[in-house]
Amino acid sequence: MWKFIHKFGSPPHFYRLSVVLTPWFGWAAAILITAGTLGGLYLAPPDYQQGEGFRIIYVHVPSASMSMFVYVNMALAAAVGLIWRIKLAHAVAAAAAPIGASFTFLALATGSIWAKPMWGTWWVWDARLTSELVLLFLYFGYMALRAAIDDENRADRASALLAIIGLINIPIIKYSVEWWNTLHQPATISKMGKPAMDGDMLTWLLLNIAGFMCFFIAVLLISARAEVIRRARDQKWLKQALGVT
Amino acid sequence: MEVPGLGQAFALQVGRDMRLAFRHLGQLANPLMFFIMVTTLFPLALNPSPQLLEAIAPGVVWVAALLASLLASESLFRQDVDDGTMEQLALSPQPLALMLLAKTAAHWLMTGLPLVLISPIVAYGLFLPQEAVPVTMGALALATPILSLIGGMMAALTVGLRRGGGLLSLLILPIAMPVLIFGARATDLAMTGMESVGAIYLLAALLLLAMSLSPFAMAAAMRISLD
Amino acid sequence: MSTEPAEPGTESLLEAKDLELWRGERRLFSQLSFSLGTGELLHITGVNGCGKTSLLRVLCGLTLPETGEVSWRGQRVMRNRADYHAEMTYVGHRESLKGELSARENLSFDLQLRHASSPEDIDQALDRVGLARARDVMARGLSAGQKRRVSLARALASRARLWVLDEPYTNLDVPGRDFVDQVMSEHLATNGLVLLVAHQSHGVTGGRIRQLELA
Repeated sequence: MWKFIHKFGSPPHFYRLSVVLTPWFGWAAAILITAGTLGGLYLAPPDYQQGEGFRIIYVHVPSASMSMFVYVNMALAAAVGLIWRIKLAHAVAAAAAPIGASFTFLALATGSIWAKPMWGTWWVWDARLTSELVLLFLYFGYMALRAAIDDENRADRASALLAIIGLINIPIIKYSVEWWNTLHQPATISKMGKPAMDGDMLTWLLLNIAGFMCFFIAVLLISARAEVIRRARDQKWLKQALGVT
Repeated sequence: MEVPGLGQAFALQVGRDMRLAFRHLGQLANPLMFFIMVTTLFPLALNPSPQLLEAIAPGVVWVAALLASLLASESLFRQDVDDGTMEQLALSPQPLALMLLAKTAAHWLMTGLPLVLISPIVAYGLFLPQEAVPVTMGALALATPILSLIGGMMAALTVGLRRGGGLLSLLILPIAMPVLIFGARATDLAMTGMESVGAIYLLAALLLLAMSLSPFAMAAAMRISLD
Repeated sequence: MSTEPAEPGTESLLEAKDLELWRGERRLFSQLSFSLGTGELLHITGVNGCGKTSLLRVLCGLTLPETGEVSWRGQRVMRNRADYHAEMTYVGHRESLKGELSARENLSFDLQLRHASSPEDIDQALDRVGLARARDVMARGLSAGQKRRVSLARALASRARLWVLDEPYTNLDVPGRDFVDQVMSEHLATNGLVLLVAHQSHGVTGGRIRQLELA
């Protein structure tokens, strides 16, 4: 196990691996997202309550679930980096943050676009949307802290600690927002995202979720590779790998 | 060589910080004045009708308390890091987590506790019904230490940075949001004559969680900042 | 860069192995190993900005090195901070004094965290550094040289085995410098250890003096 971690954690190894894996995940993402989106937009039957407007869930639900998934992964990578002092893990965490923030933003944007035809307003203080908003702030805090520290080593460790604190707080934030929401929202506004779905709808949705996941992995591999290149720009193995002398 | 026990070290640190604070009384009053000022801004900016003020009072009191403790946490460790005493503390044989917890405790006594004590006056000014005042005080007494601990963690993370101010609020506010939600709800429920004990229990649970985890996070953050 | 191992007959307490440290883009030092035994002084020299202070901070356990480790009595410092710090005292660039507390109050706090020190111990240490009459003056009212003397008094009264001194001569007058040399010599004679960063030569007599020049 230790050997594996250290082998995988070595930047040259990761570099080669990411070069090989990126196209696979990239193409898988393209195919899955195309299929899921086409299926969702044209083949799936319209919702009997929400009509055609519900189709935005094929973007909203995958991005909302990815936003949380990416944060957890980012925090775990950061924790691995902090505990075992593996620089690659810090590089992965740093690369994951902007991707996760983009997913979160997408979830918020699609959520508010959905809210307009459903409830006639661009924004509702729905529990899920509010938690997404707080999650976006957590991502911003992480990225701002990284950007504020000049020394890379310190930036890695400080932001890793922040990500872990955030991870512990996410369940508390989610619970408190839901608790607050049940006390305040009139029952007419039902929760988003969980309409009763028949099997056909669900298939396309799952395809899209899988596609988003592959997209995330592909983008993560590319930006983690960029991060590794930036950090190792003076080292011999990198010059060899890039064919620069 | 016998190193003094944890309790003694804790007491020494609290004692020293209190003594320093009393020699600097002006600084001490800042967060408290801020709390009072912010709550006076609302009647001026809106209109002073008792019905309106009563409706917004829980929100105003809690947001003002949150912002006041945010303001206070800025100065929690900065001076010690600047003058090098934090370095000595990190090199003392006592656990840094304990010493930073002691510093936070002293800080709460000087900034958080006065806020709890003054809150009935502020609440009166905002026409908060009297039956909600004891619950608000109790909830504030539980919430302000949590806010100090959260502030302490984030202050320890950002203490070495020159542009710490705005960053600090970006780090603290999302984490502090549950405290605001539970606290304001406790006041709100008490105002409408409902049972608010649930919110109080939730705050107490958060306080226990913060007290047990945040000292270690503070110490780790401080060691990174001192590096 | 490595210096020879501790002389036989002295007990090696502090050991640094393969230390490497980067600051931003620059590698300050690498593969730095040495060990330091009782009664030994290691004088670290080098041009400005070569990483002397950074090395001291690594040796104190304040800075995490890129690779390598520091051990005290065979135990890794990062894992056993409390044991190590109980036997170590650090005089840094900054005096680590609270301006609103008197010299005596400052020291009494720092020392009581280490051991049950009586007020007499502190007064005695302050007497030795020549601050008998200034001990109740607020630290912000002391001159730079006097503040440095308070720092030295803290090291004297700390009962620490290892003294880590970063430019202890700064701001001191000639008698002050001689005094620093004298207390270091005494410390070495009682089997103490000294890590000294100073860009000028020192006048320590006795003990075993070793040099480490950072490039």
